[in-house]
Amino acid sequence: MTATATRRRRGWTVGKAAAWTYLLGVLFVTIFPFYWILRTALSDNYALMAEPASLLPAGFTWGPFRRVLGLATTEESIAEGGSGASVELGHFLVNSVIYATLSTALIVFFSTIAAYAFARLHWRGRDLVFSLFLTALMVPGILTLLPNFVLVKELGLLNTFAGMILPGSLFSAFNIFFLRQFMLGLSTEIEEAALLDGAGRLRVLFGITLPMTSGPVITLSILGFIGMWNDYFWPLLVTSDESVQPLTLALAVFKQSSPQAQPDWAGLMAATLVAALPMLALFMVFGKRIVNSIGFSGVK
Amino acid sequence: MALLETPARETRPPQPATRRRGRGRGAVNVNSPAHRGDARLAWVLIAPSLIGFAVFAVYPTLRGLYLSFTDFAVLTPPAWVGFDNYVKLASDDVFWSALGVTVYFVALSVTMSLAVSIVTAAVLHRLTSSTVIRGLIILPFLISAVVAATVWAWMLDAQLGIVNIAIESLGGDGVRFLTSREWAIPSIALINVWKQMGYTSIIIFAGLQTIPPTVYEAGRIDGASELQMFRRLTLPLLRPILALVLVLNVIGAFQVFDIVQVTTKGGPANASNVLQMLIYSKAFGQFDFGYASAMSFALFAILLVITFLQMRLLRANESEVSA
Repeated sequence: MTATATRRRRGWTVGKAAAWTYLLGVLFVTIFPFYWILRTALSDNYALMAEPASLLPAGFTWGPFRRVLGLATTEESIAEGGSGASVELGHFLVNSVIYATLSTALIVFFSTIAAYAFARLHWRGRDLVFSLFLTALMVPGILTLLPNFVLVKELGLLNTFAGMILPGSLFSAFNIFFLRQFMLGLSTEIEEAALLDGAGRLRVLFGITLPMTSGPVITLSILGFIGMWNDYFWPLLVTSDESVQPLTLALAVFKQSSPQAQPDWAGLMAATLVAALPMLALFMVFGKRIVNSIGFSGVK
Repeated sequence: MALLETPARETRPPQPATRRRGRGRGAVNVNSPAHRGDARLAWVLIAPSLIGFAVFAVYPTLRGLYLSFTDFAVLTPPAWVGFDNYVKLASDDVFWSALGVTVYFVALSVTMSLAVSIVTAAVLHRLTSSTVIRGLIILPFLISAVVAATVWAWMLDAQLGIVNIAIESLGGDGVRFLTSREWAIPSIALINVWKQMGYTSIIIFAGLQTIPPTVYEAGRIDGASELQMFRRLTLPLLRPILALVLVLNVIGAFQVFDIVQVTTKGGPANASNVLQMLIYSKAFGQFDFGYASAMSFALFAILLVITFLQMRLLRANESEVSA
């Protein structure tokens, strides 16, 4: 091996080491806050003040979780530095599940049948309607949020699940576009054979096309569910009643109502973890699919 | 649409296609009788989307435009005021200051986010194809901005926050990240970058994977170093993806709201009062919907112009190796 070759090999290794160091740094910054949520959520507020830099929970306790789930008595929570006001995230969690699940199921279903009409059926005006739909991709949320609030208010749907869900559950230009492209790429042989055998269009749609489209349908469902679960602005506009508010709102209210001088950080982090946990679970199950779909959305 | 159909027909399931009268002559393909009845079914299938498009996208956009020319406080009917709102906007110091704050935020956030994401994607591309690592990197993208903002508010806390403790243990002075005028926007930008960086990296990473390895082999044969190849090959070839990512990041950053609302609420003393925050408080704090609508359209106009300029500058449609 010549000297230059060795040097080049060594230089490359140094570069590689630097690259790994950088990557580990990025990973650390990315993941550390998640650990810090857990560590703080298992701490006692007074112990936190005494040893704020402790890498392990300070004064280990399940108290913060009991507090935010409404299981702790007022005395218990005050003793650990909570405000004493009960939070009860439980029913906000249920609200979030209802909001995210219904919104996602509806929008994906409606997008799928619309995509089928655009990909497989022949009808006048098809291309015109499709390009009209695509213009919606250009319109940012800011333009429609306020008027949609006024509309939902006029319909008398403020503080209802219908009012929260309806505006976002009927039409998604992105979903329709995405699914139509996928369907156009599928071979139509099986569908045509079924049609020749006398199967109705709807049977073909639900019996053949939909199963073959299940991959992107699942992907869009996961991404849609994440988006809806994390949604904050729209529910903030149309709900003021705790009976329908999702978890994100409850968490923000908890954060803002926490006393400025001495916030209940442990309780806040426990609430944060409760809000993030379903997404982390989703990630455990579908991580690879999520990563691939995000990459795909960019390349397309 | 329905003109070609015979009036009272039985039900939808078509008879064997060839028996139907029509232009098809038995072929099963385009416009054959096999597609009779398609129109009716198609309109049924797109009905929900069409209604959603008309009622919750087109109508509100037009209505928002109308409202921006009115004085409207929700409870009383809107009163037409012509261009008053826009005239007021032009001389409204609060609006211009919010625009300035927003532009500052966008500049900081997008620059940091793109810089970190490009390097991260390139490093990932050269080092590992591990899905686990890419998965870990997008974790912050999966949680809500409210969660991200709450955690960082805690970590950046002036007294007990771990970041300040770390800074002080290294001999630095504590920073009042979210409670001082000069640090509020950079801190919010930092939180935003933390949340978006993984997502952007993965998109860029996917773009990198579409570059054929032969390009790099050729570069290596020509004796180019890794850095040279990055600048001369990777970046130019990535141009379309970078343009997309830049536009997405800028549009998203201009509409930042959740993080601000949870951490600073626009303070201290309007130091982080971004446009979306101002629009929200005008509409829901002062019930000035007409004026808030005018601001929304001003923001939209700004976004349109910027998107157009970016696409032009980056010539998004073409990627080229010469640079």
